[in-house]
Amino acid sequence: MMAGPFQPRIVAFVCNWCTYIAADAAGVARARYSPNVRLIRTMCSGRVDPQFVLAAFEKGADGVLLCGCHPRDCHYGEGNYKALRRFVLLKKLLGQMGFEDGRIRLEWISASEAEKFRRVVEDMTEQVRRLGPFKPNGGA
Amino acid sequence: MTKKTKPKVAFYWCASCGGCEEAVVDLGEAVLDVVNAVDIVFWPVALDFKVSDVESMPDGSITVSFINGAIRLSEQEEMAKLLRRKSRFVIAFGSCSHMGGVPGLANLWDKESIFRYYYHEAPSLQGKDGGEPVMRVKVPEGTLELPAFWDTVKALDQVIDVDYYVPGCPPTPQLLANAVQALLAGNLPPKGSVLAGTRALCHECELNSTKPEKLLLKDLKRVHEVRIDSAKCLLAQGVLCLGPVTRGGCDALCVRGNMPCTGCFGPTDEVRDYGAKGLSYLSSIIDFNEEKDIVRAMEKVPDPVGVFYRYSLPHSSLRRKREVK
Repeated sequence: MMAGPFQPRIVAFVCNWCTYIAADAAGVARARYSPNVRLIRTMCSGRVDPQFVLAAFEKGADGVLLCGCHPRDCHYGEGNYKALRRFVLLKKLLGQMGFEDGRIRLEWISASEAEKFRRVVEDMTEQVRRLGPFKPNGGA
Repeated sequence: MTKKTKPKVAFYWCASCGGCEEAVVDLGEAVLDVVNAVDIVFWPVALDFKVSDVESMPDGSITVSFINGAIRLSEQEEMAKLLRRKSRFVIAFGSCSHMGGVPGLANLWDKESIFRYYYHEAPSLQGKDGGEPVMRVKVPEGTLELPAFWDTVKALDQVIDVDYYVPGCPPTPQLLANAVQALLAGNLPPKGSVLAGTRALCHECELNSTKPEKLLLKDLKRVHEVRIDSAKCLLAQGVLCLGPVTRGGCDALCVRGNMPCTGCFGPTDEVRDYGAKGLSYLSSIIDFNEEKDIVRAMEKVPDPVGVFYRYSLPHSSLRRKREVK
């Protein structure tokens, strides 16, 4: 039977050119972090359609993490800025829909920041654990 | 006259404003052609038939039922299910039936919070506590019953199987006429199709030629803040027009009236969640990269749910607000 603390499911959309490499480096370095994050690699954080985020929640994610290159570092020029603009508006919309602040998060993590990746994953897992399970299509 | 029976048509309304019924009336004289070609067997807004008349018809005997309005009450679901059983085709008519529509924005609340406000807190009560409607009340003649009011507003296809959709708030008379003709001729697209355009509204908008190749906006303007130039793309004038993410088929009626598209035809076939796509599109054209500038620009969208899900909240991925306090 279920025992121990709630294990949140977090879907992370990670950019191929930065965070994915950082996650890989974290693995190579045998950094230990919570196994609650499922990575989905996209070519750019600007590729992440807000529909993906909503679909993740609809299908049972408790939190969604969006990761891209630092400002001015986007492989394609300005995909990360698009991601940031979408994030600002999406967060506002999700707030209206009753989402707590910590369920969705945007982080810039470069290819060399394996330690930051580990820290962000740990931190977000803890945060979402405190928020508890997300019930898709709640209400009657 | 031969004894050949005419196809039977029913119209019904659920949670709606009556505008969709108006669209039928707006057929004008063409409505006479419709009446010649079909038998209208049920149309509560205009004709005196009873529910028992529908109940007594054999299953599948109505050729097509046009149902408008969202599903908000138990009675509406019962009627939708009854008409489904009696009809060969069911067409969700208008935005509310198609995607939940404006009544669907009530999914930001629930029954308790809606009743609390309207029957106890609304200023129009002038301090008098309204008392809430109850489902059953005994009177000397017997027990009177009211339909149940639900927490969540639904689109028609969330309670019954729907064959086709005619979008719009309201649908244009032309779309209705086209749908009736297609049905009568048996010339129908695959089940589940939306009987309107297949491409985004911009493709049929006269102002499309004045839309800049690369659209970037520093400031969003609301319609009352700008004198609209009717010869220029509204987006180029800084007004948020949802034409680029909205299904065409309305001949850009609103834009021709100097009003931006607000998305009543819903998304094109490729899009699952209209609001997310609209939000994504707006984010792409805001011409700022610094977070504080972006936040400031987005202040012009104080109510993203109302802007991007104006007609489709029940049909969105999230369907309703999580927990209403």
